[in-house]
Amino acid sequence: MVKAIVPARPTPFWLRWVSNRPEPVEGSPTLAPSMWQRSFPVLVVLAAITLIWYAAAIWLNAPQVIERVFADKPDWTLLDLAPLTWNMERPVLPAPHQIAFDLWNSITGWPIDSPRNLLFHAYVTSTATLLGFVMGTLLGAALAVLIVHSRTLDRSLFPWIIASQTIPVLAVAPIIIVILGSMGMSGLVPKAIISMYLCFFPVAVALVKGLRSPGVLEMELMHTYAASPSHTFWMLRVPASLPYLFPSLRVGIAAGLVGAIVGELPTGAQAGLGARLLTGSYYGNTIQIWSALVMAALLGLLLTGCVAWAEKALTPGVKK
Amino acid sequence: MSLMWLIPSLAVLLVIAVFSVKRAASLNETSWLGRVGAPLVFGVWVLVFWEILTRAFDVPRVLLPAPSLIGAALWKGADVLRDDLIQTVLKSALFGLVMGCGLGFVSGVLIDRSPFLQRGLLPLAALASSVPLVGIAPIMVMWFGFDWQSKAAVVVLMTFFPMLVNTLAGLKEAGHMERDLMRSYGASYARTLFSLRLPVALPFVFNALKINSTLALIGAIVAEFFGSPTIGLGFRISTEAARMNMGLVWAAIFTAALAGSLLYGVLGWLERRVTFWHPSVRRG
Repeated sequence: MVKAIVPARPTPFWLRWVSNRPEPVEGSPTLAPSMWQRSFPVLVVLAAITLIWYAAAIWLNAPQVIERVFADKPDWTLLDLAPLTWNMERPVLPAPHQIAFDLWNSITGWPIDSPRNLLFHAYVTSTATLLGFVMGTLLGAALAVLIVHSRTLDRSLFPWIIASQTIPVLAVAPIIIVILGSMGMSGLVPKAIISMYLCFFPVAVALVKGLRSPGVLEMELMHTYAASPSHTFWMLRVPASLPYLFPSLRVGIAAGLVGAIVGELPTGAQAGLGARLLTGSYYGNTIQIWSALVMAALLGLLLTGCVAWAEKALTPGVKK
Repeated sequence: MSLMWLIPSLAVLLVIAVFSVKRAASLNETSWLGRVGAPLVFGVWVLVFWEILTRAFDVPRVLLPAPSLIGAALWKGADVLRDDLIQTVLKSALFGLVMGCGLGFVSGVLIDRSPFLQRGLLPLAALASSVPLVGIAPIMVMWFGFDWQSKAAVVVLMTFFPMLVNTLAGLKEAGHMERDLMRSYGASYARTLFSLRLPVALPFVFNALKINSTLALIGAIVAEFFGSPTIGLGFRISTEAARMNMGLVWAAIFTAALAGSLLYGVLGWLERRVTFWHPSVRRG
């Protein structure tokens, strides 16, 4: 049985309308989509997620509301139920506007150094993350330089560093807290060391690859210039390694943030987003947990955004 | 042992160590022994010096127990650690990994049909990698209870997005020539998907699986820090650390590391078997 070849279906008119996508023409160069064309689908998806969220809030919070409010009023309708489920004191799933209000109130309602202000907690966590990130990057870079220049280290140490990527390094966090705590250190330094530990491995691996990336041609060109080893390193190897370095820095700073948050859990720390999550879960304060989560997400986006910005500024013209 | 003897003998040992590692590193790289020898010799020497130094300088066990003590704790706590391993790795991490990766893969295949959804979801899914998703753990503990179900839920959430992004990227990987060929055969969407696009996407899927295997263990262990029944590797690490029982803590970490590398190794082996045609797997 031979099937008839059907021509490719054209884009449906409504999809063409919402996505502004021109009909594909064979052989014509495609233009880069405009800002609006790129952000419109994202906005639609976000709106859909919000709708689903509100619906889920009704579904998950309904049993509590029915039990408390409608116990003696059996003739309630969905219209009575919905607003109540979206404005509970301790909901199973808080509605998005409750989280937004809580976030806004905590940021604007209290001075910046008050432990009720989420910006204060974000600041505490981000200083630990950034300190650890800087230390981890420097350490990883130093190790990568050693590995690139020593065949022995390359063959003996580097396989261990690669293998360590497969193990859950974060499990070490409680040990670091306990060890440094027994040496009298608490607060910023132990968290920064956990972050450092998490940033260190991806940076070292990527930088070894990057420093090795110049080909024979480039190396020989440097040789014909009679370039010294340090010149070859700074003028060729380091610039060539940057496109490898930045993706691992993005991974590293995101992992470092998780490390700093986890580092705040076992100590009973008073400040930081991790402590905020933990106290929220102790007191069953779901809105507080969610607003801390949103703050952590925003902080993560901000930190990786900074790295992405530095990448754009330092490696112009490199296509991902 | 007195310090007078210790330092010269350590120096001699150090010279032997450096020499033997150098020797092992200069072995032929193509042979199996040449590739494994150097890291192995290096690892053994690290253990030897760790043992000698912690014993000679009486390093407090809280700071760093000697490898032999960790080994003894591993032996003594084998039953406990085996139960922890089953709870954390087999129940939370593996179940969550299978669910999260399965969901991510299926959603990827479905979303691939709609360019609009792709452009809407991909930027958000990419952003998810810079968000500390593991923080959702307290919520999940409230919703699904203290047992492994809540940990598995955290793992599902953490592993979903890498799989989604990689599946979508993999489905794009089939070239125009091959797709046109399938079209000229009059192949249906499903036929093209199963015979061409999914096999081509497999290296991407395996890449996501390998990333996710580490993420799943991290998620399962860290979620236990937020509350768990009195079993599990994360629970063991956090409570025994608080009790300063560092031998068992290090043994638990060793177990977690072993489970992680084993999972990764199995996935790598499977990848080589399944995507034997891919240039990165093919030898020569």
